[in-house]
Amino acid sequence: MEKVYVVGGGATKIDEHWDLSLRDLMVQASERAINDAGIEKRDIEAIYVGNMSSGPLQGQEHLGSLISTWLGIPGVSAYKVEAACASGGVALHSAFTSVASGLYDCVLVVGVEKMSDAITSDLTSALIMADDQEYVAFTGASFVGLNALVYRAYMERYHVKQEDIALFAVHDHKYGVNNPYAQFRKEIKLETILSSPLVADPIRLFECAPVGDGAAALILCNEKKVRTLKHGSLIELAGSAVATDALSINYREDILTLKATRVAFERALKMAGIERKDVDLIEVHDAFTILGVIHLEDLGYARKGEGWRLVKEGEIEIDGKIPTNTMGGLKARGHPVGATGIYQVLEVLMQLRGEAGKNQVNEAEIGLAQNVGGLGGTVTVNLLRKVR
Amino acid sequence: MKTNNEVGIAGYGAYVPLYRIRDEEIARVWGRERSRVPIIEKSVPGMDEDSLTMAVEAGLNALRRAEIEANRIGVVFVGSESPPYAVKPSATVIAEALGIGPKIVAVDMEFACRAGTTAMQSVIGMVSSGMIEAGMAIGTDTAQGRPSDELEYTAAAGAAAFILIRKSKKTLAFFEGSYSYVTDTPDFWRREGERFPHHAFRFTGKPAYFRHIYEASKGLMEELGLKPSDFDHVVFHQPNVKFPLEMAKMLGFDKEQIELGLLSGEIGNTYAAASLIGFANVLDHAKPGERILVASFGSGAGSDAFSVVVQDAIEERRELAPKVRDYVMRKINVDYSIYSRFRENIKMR
Amino acid sequence: MSVKVRSVPRVWREIKIKYRLIGGKCPNCGKSFYPYRDNCPYCGFKGAKEVELPREGKVITYTVIRAPPADFTQYAPYPIALVELKDGTRVIAQLTDVNIEDIRTGMSVEAVFRKYREQGEDGIIEYGIKFRPLLKS
Repeated sequence: MEKVYVVGGGATKIDEHWDLSLRDLMVQASERAINDAGIEKRDIEAIYVGNMSSGPLQGQEHLGSLISTWLGIPGVSAYKVEAACASGGVALHSAFTSVASGLYDCVLVVGVEKMSDAITSDLTSALIMADDQEYVAFTGASFVGLNALVYRAYMERYHVKQEDIALFAVHDHKYGVNNPYAQFRKEIKLETILSSPLVADPIRLFECAPVGDGAAALILCNEKKVRTLKHGSLIELAGSAVATDALSINYREDILTLKATRVAFERALKMAGIERKDVDLIEVHDAFTILGVIHLEDLGYARKGEGWRLVKEGEIEIDGKIPTNTMGGLKARGHPVGATGIYQVLEVLMQLRGEAGKNQVNEAEIGLAQNVGGLGGTVTVNLLRKVR
Repeated sequence: MKTNNEVGIAGYGAYVPLYRIRDEEIARVWGRERSRVPIIEKSVPGMDEDSLTMAVEAGLNALRRAEIEANRIGVVFVGSESPPYAVKPSATVIAEALGIGPKIVAVDMEFACRAGTTAMQSVIGMVSSGMIEAGMAIGTDTAQGRPSDELEYTAAAGAAAFILIRKSKKTLAFFEGSYSYVTDTPDFWRREGERFPHHAFRFTGKPAYFRHIYEASKGLMEELGLKPSDFDHVVFHQPNVKFPLEMAKMLGFDKEQIELGLLSGEIGNTYAAASLIGFANVLDHAKPGERILVASFGSGAGSDAFSVVVQDAIEERRELAPKVRDYVMRKINVDYSIYSRFRENIKMR
Repeated sequence: MSVKVRSVPRVWREIKIKYRLIGGKCPNCGKSFYPYRDNCPYCGFKGAKEVELPREGKVITYTVIRAPPADFTQYAPYPIALVELKDGTRVIAQLTDVNIEDIRTGMSVEAVFRKYREQGEDGIIEYGIKFRPLLKS
């Protein structure tokens, strides 16, 4: 396999962009990434578009041809890649394989989601498509509801209080303040979270990643192409893996473990030739506070049932044992579902380049992004390593 | 009417939904004196129930008591005036839900509150003739009560199912005979497209309810050479409590005979299920050898009357499924606003 | 645009499985699962047998849906639970005939046939299995 480098990144701020369409968002993020990489549009040989719901919400499919048309580079290989809320990370994995295989020298991957056009009940219907339409969506379950099942079971099995799990959102907001792309740039108090309306008992509104629009893009190149660019820093996409688990939680032996996280993580570590202790920061997929806690456990940074302690004891702060969600995570930075996986990697990129400002993790050299589809039906881990 | 081959009941089952609304509460909303209500409370179907789902549970209970494999049932007749579809039979859905068919005769029947007993009449004929081995007759309704109307105080929901086979040692009870009396008497009707039925007030009494039940019951007793004292229990259609008590007196039955079969005070008028649920309650308690008279009444109008004798097998097999009292005792009371929401009486568009 | 997944043939295809809770039992690894299909989701063995799953079980965990998907908006709030049937098979289903405040993890429940949703006011009705507290404890 050839080495793959992330040479450019760009994104839109995440917000309810009433004035920007799905294609506007994709194009904006892509052009920013192209500029950041210092390449020409025509250098791009392939485009991978990560997106979950353009069909149900916008009536638009065929995003590959759409973006090559709207960017003005018709002819390139381009197609949509979908894995529910892991679409971004999985699109990145596709892009990675296309360069690692030697097929392409330079590719663009862009994750995009436009959610704010839809009314709440329609959005809820679109998001439950991440689980089984016939046997789970059929029951009237919402995606928040499925995570609520896990939340309650977690609290009861490990005797953990909701207020300790909700702290994850407080953490996220603290770091969202300094992220220029973040949807929410204000801190939030625990009391505010715990008194926000119930969405699906016990999950409260402010424990859920918000609804927003956004697009984030990256440029990947091989060694040959990199040599033609005059870049100071060089960041390698050293590990990239995708794993699946049963689509719905009723098949799982332990509903409080996302097995695919462990599998994808181990594959990525192996590919990069490193160990868990070598990782300096992690971006985890906290669509809900309970998931943030569980991911810390499944990634092996805490024992089962103890992930919340890392949060409470400050170990996930930028100067803690395992800096986590250093730019606000899904809760504060935002979660335009198909784009999230790319935002996460963009944030790791910023950290490794030393461009994270007040959120900078000192001497960060290796970081990873864990992006989840559905309730763990897909997990992708993308691992970046600073070369120079 | 007697049959060439005697027909018996292999299994029976009933269902009453969980919710109740007190008549006092309905009176409160419409400004009626609390003392001027016909019954204590009536059953209210939940938002996820309809006459079809209730029939499935009643049918399941009947199958449990019958100890017959579902695929041996050859006919499903469903009597209701409140099917969920105006066109598309409930019988097919009920059959599939119970694992019955596809080699079956199935149809939905309509004749106001006697549709269930008319279904039973038809199944008796099919079993006796040998066309089928076992058949299921169902009466089920989620009756529509027009807000503020007299009938809102009693229009309730419930279902009952009976599985019939040739009389044998295995049947729980058997039919000695039946009698039907039908005339064109427009005491209660609903035109196509209308949500709620109309009734003709006091005309629904003597010329309708009383006349038809009287004629059917009298006709039955004469044909079989029986008198009221030959019966241990009598069950009449029960649109309220007053009418069946008066009917009993008119025919010469006393209060003890009618007690077990009279539930309308607690659950309201379950329309096509009414006399059948009363009948099921009697079967839940009756001793082998006892004789029961069941007479339904359906507006329009007509009455089916049956004479049934209980057999030994009932003592063990009635324990195999929930009893009518189990459903009657299980209740949650709702107020008029929740009732209105459940009955979709609140305009959302 | 409105997101509704309506189709008549889809409902018809699922009748047996949804009306009667038909699952699969794998003769190779012995596990049971819902819904039935011939590939065992656990060991991949092709040849699972159709079984009528047990109609009693217990609530493993539950929630209350307060922000429902389209087609369910008029029913909210309603409870959803992960139910473990007597043979160990787990299913996700709505709970019914119960006050929200009375639901408990571990409570015994039984299967009932109920309406899940309508394909609009003039479309067909979709039925399936929900669970309620035991009628007789």
